[in-house]
Amino acid sequence: MTGTDQATVTRGLPAAVGRLLAGVPLLGWLLGFLAAVLVERTIGDTLAQTLGLPKMPVLFGILTVSKVIAEIINAVVKNTAFDPALLVHIPAALVYLSVVYLLPIAAVARLGARAANRAAAIMDRWNLTIPAAVHIGLMYLTLHIWAAMSDYRLITLKITLIAVLLTLSLNIINGYMGEFSCSHPGFMAVGAYMSSLFTVGLFVDDKVLGKALMPWALDFLTFPLALIFGGICASVAALLVAIPSFKTRGDYLAIISLAFLFIIKSLFENLQGLGGARGIAGQPDWAALPVIFVVVGLGIWSINNFVTSTYGKALNAVRDDELAAEAMTVNTRQAKMTAFLVGAFWAGIAGGLLAHVVRYINPAMFGIQKLAEVLAMVYFGGLNSVYGSIVGAVSISLLGEALRPLEILKWIIIPLMLILVMIYRPTGLVAFRDFDLREAMKPKTEPGQRK
Amino acid sequence: MALLRVEHMTHYFGGLRAVSDYNLEIAPGQIIGLIGPNGAGKTTVFNLLTGIHRPSEGRILLDGEEITGLAPHHIAGRGLGRTFQNLCLWRHMSVLDHVRMAHYAKISYGLMGAFFGTAKRYRQEAEIERRSRELLELVGIGHLADQGVLNLPYGAQRRVELARALAVDPKVLFLDEPTVGMTPEELVQMMNIIRQLHEQLGLAIFLIEHRLKMVMELCHRIQTLVFGEVIAEGTPAEIQGNPQVIEAYLGKETVE
Repeated sequence: MTGTDQATVTRGLPAAVGRLLAGVPLLGWLLGFLAAVLVERTIGDTLAQTLGLPKMPVLFGILTVSKVIAEIINAVVKNTAFDPALLVHIPAALVYLSVVYLLPIAAVARLGARAANRAAAIMDRWNLTIPAAVHIGLMYLTLHIWAAMSDYRLITLKITLIAVLLTLSLNIINGYMGEFSCSHPGFMAVGAYMSSLFTVGLFVDDKVLGKALMPWALDFLTFPLALIFGGICASVAALLVAIPSFKTRGDYLAIISLAFLFIIKSLFENLQGLGGARGIAGQPDWAALPVIFVVVGLGIWSINNFVTSTYGKALNAVRDDELAAEAMTVNTRQAKMTAFLVGAFWAGIAGGLLAHVVRYINPAMFGIQKLAEVLAMVYFGGLNSVYGSIVGAVSISLLGEALRPLEILKWIIIPLMLILVMIYRPTGLVAFRDFDLREAMKPKTEPGQRK
Repeated sequence: MALLRVEHMTHYFGGLRAVSDYNLEIAPGQIIGLIGPNGAGKTTVFNLLTGIHRPSEGRILLDGEEITGLAPHHIAGRGLGRTFQNLCLWRHMSVLDHVRMAHYAKISYGLMGAFFGTAKRYRQEAEIERRSRELLELVGIGHLADQGVLNLPYGAQRRVELARALAVDPKVLFLDEPTVGMTPEELVQMMNIIRQLHEQLGLAIFLIEHRLKMVMELCHRIQTLVFGEVIAEGTPAEIQGNPQVIEAYLGKETVE
């Protein structure tokens, strides 16, 4: 309605852009991104050359900018030589970002809004699987084209997707259930080692694990089995933490799970049969982008199903008032155990995927550093929220990559941001929001247009 | 036959005897009041009967089956709904979700249903939602179903607790000071709701209450608890005139 729109009109360019793009449905945005990556694929290299950039910016130009800033800091602090011509890279990266991403996205989203809304409205009447397939297909296509342009992007994207799964699985325990678990990297390690044991042990000749036990031409088909095996082993390991810690209430889980993390790490360091501190290398290259995309998608889907069911909501009840939950027939111990084992299972799967992406694992990868990283993702993105997990994992991993040239400063900037989020939004950026696919795909009413 | 029967229940907190030789019988459709000065052990009796504490001695029988020492969720599942003296709501959940949650023991779609969204799950969840909305209508807050529970005024929060307790399909409903902190109008509304529930559902109700108006009007029988011991039991009229009860509340009368 026009009346209410006028009442909420604010001034300034960002507000104007916001108003202009308010009526764009998810479908419109996806098409915009697809257009942007197609533009980049066609003119990206040429544009980068024309702008005087050494090569196509890989992470939206942020990496390019932070490289220049790193050079300046080095010049000031360490007195290294600084080439002023590098300064041109900053505006060039911004121009690149605008021409390749912002403009095409905005243009397609805006101009296609009406058509996209109509399509979304039609699909809204159908069975959920069809619009979901269309949206997810578009998303995959976009990511695939984007990642195909550089190997660096591909590996960053894979690791980011895995981080999403890991964050969401920890959010079940720390967010939905409200306990504080520190053992997630440990479960990840179990998943990574056990799935590697499966794939490397059975199908690959290896220095540590010996000759392949059963070479088979179609061995890649067993990859899901390897992942599930890793996940189940992680769940079994989680049982060791859960049994003693859920007998009592309070902060014991945090302490026991932290102890568990150290035990697991030193266990793998000392098991010479699994490569000791050097770990296992040579995992087969089965974790291709589509595989990871599907596994992570399945993970998000099933975890979201779980947390929106009455079984899952019981976790919220346990968190907010355990006594009341018991009095309302909730078997709190069983609910907590289930959630913990499910969280560990998906962490194990994430570990298995990671092992087959980097194709090398050692115990040092799953230490306290990894714990800090995943906790940051959970608390930055938002507790009790699937959206939050996605936002947290994507922003922390992309920032981590984009600020890499700043070296030590990166470890000041990211924690600072975390502190700011904790001050202004203590539960995280998008906390306590239910994820409803149908709601997300709904057509949007454009400002000034009647519903 | 008594719906709920308590025989010789005694409970110690360390060396302190909080409840001693407590007996109770509630027949179907009966409203029993439990009164007593502060610290008499009324809420302890509730917590013992609902399984939060395990009685040191004695037996509790619900509908002829022994429930002594069962976990609270088992006892609740067998038909014992309760509200709490100081509201125990789940602060991040909506009103509707509160009532849905109390159906936990009744859902049977299992973890497979939870993870993969089977048809059985959606059928059961829809049924639970329908029933929950009905219960909310029954206590008069159907229009607040989708609100966050913290946004509600105090009287409505009390009703959420009531609807939640009803959702476990109680044979006996335990109300722990349902009108504490209420304004006179809210008190009258709450009394009407309780009376209506009693008439419509034929519920047996076990009530802790301080406001004598409420106890006298609603209850069929009243127990007076002082220092963990029942000192008087009888009809409202009998209790009202009982010198021991008056003494417990007001102190001994001294005649010059």
